[in-house]
Amino acid sequence: MESGSTEHGAEVRLSNVTRLWGATAALAGVSLHVRAGTFCVLLGPSGCGKTTCLRIVAGLDHATSGTVEIGGRDVTALPPAARGVSMVFQSYALFPHLSVAENIMFGLKARSVPAGERAKRLDRAVEILGIGHLLARRPGQLSGGQQQRVALGRAIVAEAPVCLMDEPLSNLDAQLRAEMRRELLALQRRLGITMLYVTHDQTEAMGMADQVVLLRDGRIEQDAAPADMYAVPETRFAASFIGTPPMNLLPTTATSAGLVVTGTETPVLRPTASRPLLAGIRPEALRPAETGLPVTVSHAEYLGADTILACSIGSVGSVGSAGDTRLLARVPGRVSMPDGTPIRLAFDPADLHFFDADTGHRFTAA
Amino acid sequence: MRKETLQAWALILPALLLLVAFTHWPAVATLVDSFYTTPKGSRPPRFVGLENFTDLWTDPVFWRAMHNNAIYAIATIPISIVLALAMALAVNTAIPGRALVRMAYFTPTMLPMIAVANIWLFFFTPDYGLFDQILAPFGGGRHNWLGDTATALPAMIAVAVWKEAGFFMLFFLAALQAMPPDLKEAANLEGSSRWNFFRRVTLPLLMPTTLFVLVNAVINAFRLVDHVVVMTRGGPDNATTLLLYYIYEAGFRFWDTALASTLTVVLLILLGLLAWLQFGVLGKRIHYR
Ligand SMILES: Nc1ncnc2c1ncn2[C@@H]1O[C@H](COP(=O)(O)OP(=O)(O)OP(=O)(O)O)[C@@H](O)[C@H]1O
Ligand SMILES: [Mg+2]
Repeated sequence: MESGSTEHGAEVRLSNVTRLWGATAALAGVSLHVRAGTFCVLLGPSGCGKTTCLRIVAGLDHATSGTVEIGGRDVTALPPAARGVSMVFQSYALFPHLSVAENIMFGLKARSVPAGERAKRLDRAVEILGIGHLLARRPGQLSGGQQQRVALGRAIVAEAPVCLMDEPLSNLDAQLRAEMRRELLALQRRLGITMLYVTHDQTEAMGMADQVVLLRDGRIEQDAAPADMYAVPETRFAASFIGTPPMNLLPTTATSAGLVVTGTETPVLRPTASRPLLAGIRPEALRPAETGLPVTVSHAEYLGADTILACSIGSVGSVGSAGDTRLLARVPGRVSMPDGTPIRLAFDPADLHFFDADTGHRFTAA
Repeated sequence: MRKETLQAWALILPALLLLVAFTHWPAVATLVDSFYTTPKGSRPPRFVGLENFTDLWTDPVFWRAMHNNAIYAIATIPISIVLALAMALAVNTAIPGRALVRMAYFTPTMLPMIAVANIWLFFFTPDYGLFDQILAPFGGGRHNWLGDTATALPAMIAVAVWKEAGFFMLFFLAALQAMPPDLKEAANLEGSSRWNFFRRVTLPLLMPTTLFVLVNAVINAFRLVDHVVVMTRGGPDNATTLLLYYIYEAGFRFWDTALASTLTVVLLILLGLLAWLQFGVLGKRIHYR
């Protein structure tokens, strides 16, 4: 951490937070613990309650029930300004009539921070963000990336222990987004603040987070480190949400030899279980080989570093094949195969995941 | 190319004809008339140069009208704008029944001025009128609000403010609703008080609207005349004679076209100056989105 910095993160804890809009629950009993100084990403599909969750932490919205604690203090009933949080809005929410410098110092003036201290904090934020040449401009005269930096600057000078961000990079182009992602992460590390970051982009989550909280329909689906969420998805939803492309989920059939992918006879995946299961295998765990799962290539997409093979289970015309079960394989380098080629895909049994076909939960052999 | 030019002319011709007939030609004719005497019977108008204007300089009724109009403008403009802003801020918050309140504020604008004038005539009626009835229990005697030189002009001002404020509120309300709500949220997070937010964000962002409203208010202050015609006819003793009412009297009661034209030219110059002042001075300091 930087010398002389007054920042340090604070832990954030949500206990059983529910937010109802009429009869529908935007959040249904969310409990969450973010340790101080962590970069926590709230991830999930559109409408799952990410923004609602962030706004409840900020105090811009109120939980129907449940409590919010920041730094060990119950802030459920406190107004936004008293919670010690700063926020970067998706729209940036810059004041259009104020210059960049005035925008950044707006809050400090409102809180009557002395002029000397204001200037010091502004200088520091400007130095961190490299926006010295923009200070006199208005937001309308800035590019999207520059506006984003100004919004960040406003959050930095507040020196709040918790920083909230709602899809701050969604307005930027792919290249700038990758760059800002690195900068944001470096900034969070440098300041040591606790970050609550909302996105629906799982690559963003995997690349930045110490902790990923996967939401679905107002509930936490899984709360884990990114590597764990990738390696051990707790539900079929988590499995299908993480990874590019996400995990293949294949229906299975019990045979006398054991469990096989529906539409195939070999390989046997595991002994038959008492419940119907889905077999999960990541596209990058599959490789073309002499033996393995019989599939037909329907399309090969060359992406540069690797090739995505879109396949369907079974060989074309094979009787009783579940020809409409699709799966993707990601193989390194350039692989050119005419559409309709029958191949076999091998995998390491350790890379197999099983999910209960009814509940969607991870199935672990007893 | 030539055919298109012809078509273009043909297309703007109807609008052009109407504009020329009802705006440009009368304006030029007025300017010309202001340099001539009024035709009387067989005597044709005679060119007199600036004599009409120098006559005006010594006309006590003209100065009375200017004076009245100045007071009328100085009172109605700020009061109606501040009131409009206050009402807009009030109905922009989530209060119960705000649709009803918005409508109530806007009703005066929808009523024809003649109807408004008649309603207020009743309010101002001595003894039976609303104001006297309200004041009576507090020992207020009978007031002839419109018949007293001291209260007639303020009474007119009250009517104008009542009518204008609701109209201007609409513009402020539209501007307030166009303001992104996350600005307010950002300010809340930054610890800004409501007053601080109003002063540093809302007010500056409303400035373009305010300038627009101000220009309209200024024009209206010199243009509203219907209620004078209905309620006081400029009396008592010219206490409520406004510039436009004086023009109306000169032109259509005394048929003094020279005086009416001269007054109109003066009014136009005055409005032009005021508009130039507002856009020139204020316009430069305003942030337009
Ligand atoms: N003001 C509101 N009134 C009614 N329902 C709302 C309101 N705000 C949000 N919701 C509902 O709450 C749910 C969660 O909304 P939220 O904005 O938190 O989703 P999100 O995860 O941020 O989605 P996105 O990725 O699209 O931004 C949605 O079903 C939404 O329709
Ligand atoms: Mg959202």
